[in-house]
Amino acid sequence: MDPRTTSRRSFIGLAAGLPVAGAALAACGGSSGPSGSASSAGAGGSAPAAGAGATYWTLSGPPGEAVRKATVARFDKANPDSSVKITVFQNDDYKAKIKTAIGAGQAPTLIWGWGGGGLREYVKANQVEDLTSWFDQNADVKKRLFPSSFGAATIDNKIYAMPCETVQPIVLYYNKKVFDKVGVQPPQSWGEIMALVPKFNAAGIAPFSLGGQSRWTNMMWLEFLFDRIAGPEIFQSVLDGQKDAWSAPGSIQGLTELQKLVKANGFVKGFSSITADSNADQALLYTGRAAMMLHGSWSYGIQKAQGGKFVAEGSLGYMNFPPVEGGKGDPSDTVGNPGQYIAISSKATDGQKTAAKAFFAKGLLDDAEIKDWIGTGGVPIINGTDSQLASAGADAPFLQFVYGVASKAKVFAQSWDQALPGSAAETLLDNIAKLFQLSITPQQFASNMNAIIGQ
Amino acid sequence: MGTVTSARNASLAWLVLPALAFFVAFAVIPLLGIVVLSFCKWNGLGDISFAGLDSWRAVLGNPGLPHALWVTFLIMALSWLVQTPASILIGVFIAGHQRYRALLAVIYFVPLLLSSAAIAITYKALLDPNFGLGPGLHLDFLVQDWLGQGPLAVGVVVFAVSWQYVPFHSLVYQGGIRQIPKSMYEAAELDGAGRVRQFFSITLPQLKYTVITSSTLMVVGSLTFFDLIWVLTAGGPADATRSLALDMYITGFRGNQMGPASCIAVILVLVGLAIAQVLRRLGGSDASASQMEGA
Repeated sequence: MDPRTTSRRSFIGLAAGLPVAGAALAACGGSSGPSGSASSAGAGGSAPAAGAGATYWTLSGPPGEAVRKATVARFDKANPDSSVKITVFQNDDYKAKIKTAIGAGQAPTLIWGWGGGGLREYVKANQVEDLTSWFDQNADVKKRLFPSSFGAATIDNKIYAMPCETVQPIVLYYNKKVFDKVGVQPPQSWGEIMALVPKFNAAGIAPFSLGGQSRWTNMMWLEFLFDRIAGPEIFQSVLDGQKDAWSAPGSIQGLTELQKLVKANGFVKGFSSITADSNADQALLYTGRAAMMLHGSWSYGIQKAQGGKFVAEGSLGYMNFPPVEGGKGDPSDTVGNPGQYIAISSKATDGQKTAAKAFFAKGLLDDAEIKDWIGTGGVPIINGTDSQLASAGADAPFLQFVYGVASKAKVFAQSWDQALPGSAAETLLDNIAKLFQLSITPQQFASNMNAIIGQ
Repeated sequence: MGTVTSARNASLAWLVLPALAFFVAFAVIPLLGIVVLSFCKWNGLGDISFAGLDSWRAVLGNPGLPHALWVTFLIMALSWLVQTPASILIGVFIAGHQRYRALLAVIYFVPLLLSSAAIAITYKALLDPNFGLGPGLHLDFLVQDWLGQGPLAVGVVVFAVSWQYVPFHSLVYQGGIRQIPKSMYEAAELDGAGRVRQFFSITLPQLKYTVITSSTLMVVGSLTFFDLIWVLTAGGPADATRSLALDMYITGFRGNQMGPASCIAVILVLVGLAIAQVLRRLGGSDASASQMEGA
C-alpha cells in the first residue's frame, strides 16, 4: 500500500508541475519560440541548403516594404539563375528574431540591419562574411555610395556589410495648421520649446507626439539633448568604456531637462502605451492632436501615405533639432541612421553567397530603386542625386532638406541603441523608459548606466 | 485473480511510456539544458563559455527580480480573486437546463476561442487614450491612460486575462455543479433553505475539489502569461507589468544574456513546482473525506 501511494503521489506531483515546466521552457528555451516561427517563415523561401537562391529578411511596413519587394522582384526577373527570396518582419519583432535565427544557425543569406554594435556582435561570433576584398574588386559599387555610410559597416577596419537604402536623420516635425491655430512660431531653441508647451496644452493640443512603448523613440530625445548641451563627447566616452561617463554634468543636465518636459506634460497623454510600429504617434501629428514630433526622416513617407492631404497641402513643417541655450554642441549635428546595412551570412552556401553578391552589385540601388526611394520621400545614400532630388516635385523641399542635414552635419551620430552592443542597448532602453515614466531620477539613471559601462 | 491483476498492471505501465517519453524529451531534457546554461555565459550568437555563478549572482543581486516576482504574484492573486467568484456564479447560472441559458453559455464561451494576441491587440486598440473607445464615443470615464499608468496597466492585464479565461473556468464549474445530486437540493428545500442558503451550504462545499482544480489551473497558468501581456504592454509602462516570464524573455532575447535568462527560467520552474505542491497539499491532505451524499 505504502510504496504504491508514494509513487502515485509523486506522479501526480510531476503532472501538476508539467504545464509550468513545459510552458516555461517553451518561452525560455526560446529558440523554440521565436526561432521556430522565424525558420518557418524562412522555409517559405528556401532553407540554407536549397541551392542558389539567397534568402533575405528585412522590415515590413510602408513605404520601405514595397520598394524592397520591387527591387527583389526586378533582380529575380533579370537574373533567373540567382534568385533572392524576401521575407519581411515588423521592426520591433525583427530585432529579436534575427538574432535568435543567427544564433540557431538559421540565418537568412542576406541579413538586413543598422550596422554598428549589432553588426559587431555578428562579426565577433564569425557569423557574417568579410566583404573588404569584394569591395576592393568592385570599386564601382563602393564609389557610388556616401563615404559616411561606410562608418557603421566597418568593424576594425574591415567592411562587413553593404550600405543600402536611405540616409535617415532624426527630424523635428510640426503641424503648421496647429501652429497657426494657436498663433505661435516654430521653436528656435530649447527654451522656446518649453515656452510652447503650456500654450499648446491650454489649447487642448498635445505639444509632442511620442510612441513611447517602442522606447527608441524616447531615446532620440536624449540623443539630441546630450548633443546640443555637451556635444557628441559624452556618448563617445560611453562607447570608449570610460568610467562614470553617464555622470558627466552635461549628461545629468540633459536628463533633467528631459524630465522637466515630461513633468510639464510635454508629451501626449498615454505616450508610454503608444507603439511606433502602429504609426499611431504619426497619426496624432497629422490629425492635429499633437503639434510636434521628433521622428526619423522615414516618417515623411508614412505621413504622406497615410495622412490624406496633410503632406500634399504643405501642412507638415520640419526642422533640425534647435540648440539648447548655452550648450556646447554644434547645431548642425544630427543623429539617426547613416544608412541601412545588409550583411552576408557566413553560414550560407557558396551558391547563395554568389547570388547575394550579384544582388549587391546589380540589384540594390539600381536606378529604379533610387527613383522609388525618392518617391517615398527618402534620400538614397547615392552620391550626386541632388538634381534628381530637386526635380522630385512636391517632395523636393523635404528631400533637399534631408540631403542638406545629412551632408552638412558636422557629426552624424548613429542611434545609441544601434551603436551599443545588444545587452547594453537593452539596459539603456529599459532605463530610458523608466526615466520618461519619472520612476527614476537622472542620478539613478546615471548610476544604473554607469554600472554596465565596459561590460 | 492474482494473474489478472498483474496483467492489468503490466498493460498500464506500458501505457505510460508515450507520455513519459514526451515529458522527458520536451520537459526534463530542456530543463536540464537550462540549468546548465544558467552557469554559462552566452549572447545567443557566439560560443557558450562556462561562467560559474556569475549569472546567478547578477540575477539574484538585481532589484528587477523581486519586482518581477511581486508583479507575477500580484497578477496571480488578482486574477484568481476576479476569476473565481465570477466563474462560480456564471457556472451556477449556466448549469441550469433552461434553453436560453444554453444559448448564453455558447456566447460566454467565445473569448476562449480567440488567441491571446488577438485579444491583446483588440484591448490595446479599444483602450487607446487618443483613438480608442472612450474618445470615439466621447465617454469621458473611458478616457484614461489605461496602459500608461502602472496600477491601471496591471488592472487592464488582470481584466483581459479574466475576460479570456473566465469562460473556461465557468465550464469547469458547470460540470462540477451538474454532478451534485439533485436529492440534496430537494432535501434542503424540504428543510426550508432558500436559494442563497442552498448555494453556500450545498453548492460551494460540494464544489471543493472543483475549486482546487480550477485554482491550480489559474495560479500555475498565470505564471506563464506571456503573449497577452507582451502584446498589451510589453512589460510597461517602464517595468510595471514585467512579470517573471517577460523578464526572462526580455533578458534573453532583447538583451541577449542567455545565462541570466536561464537563471530566471529556473526560478520560474521552481516557483511553479512549489505552488503546485502547496495547492495539492491543500486539496489532497484529507483524502478520506467524501463529497458524496450520505458520507
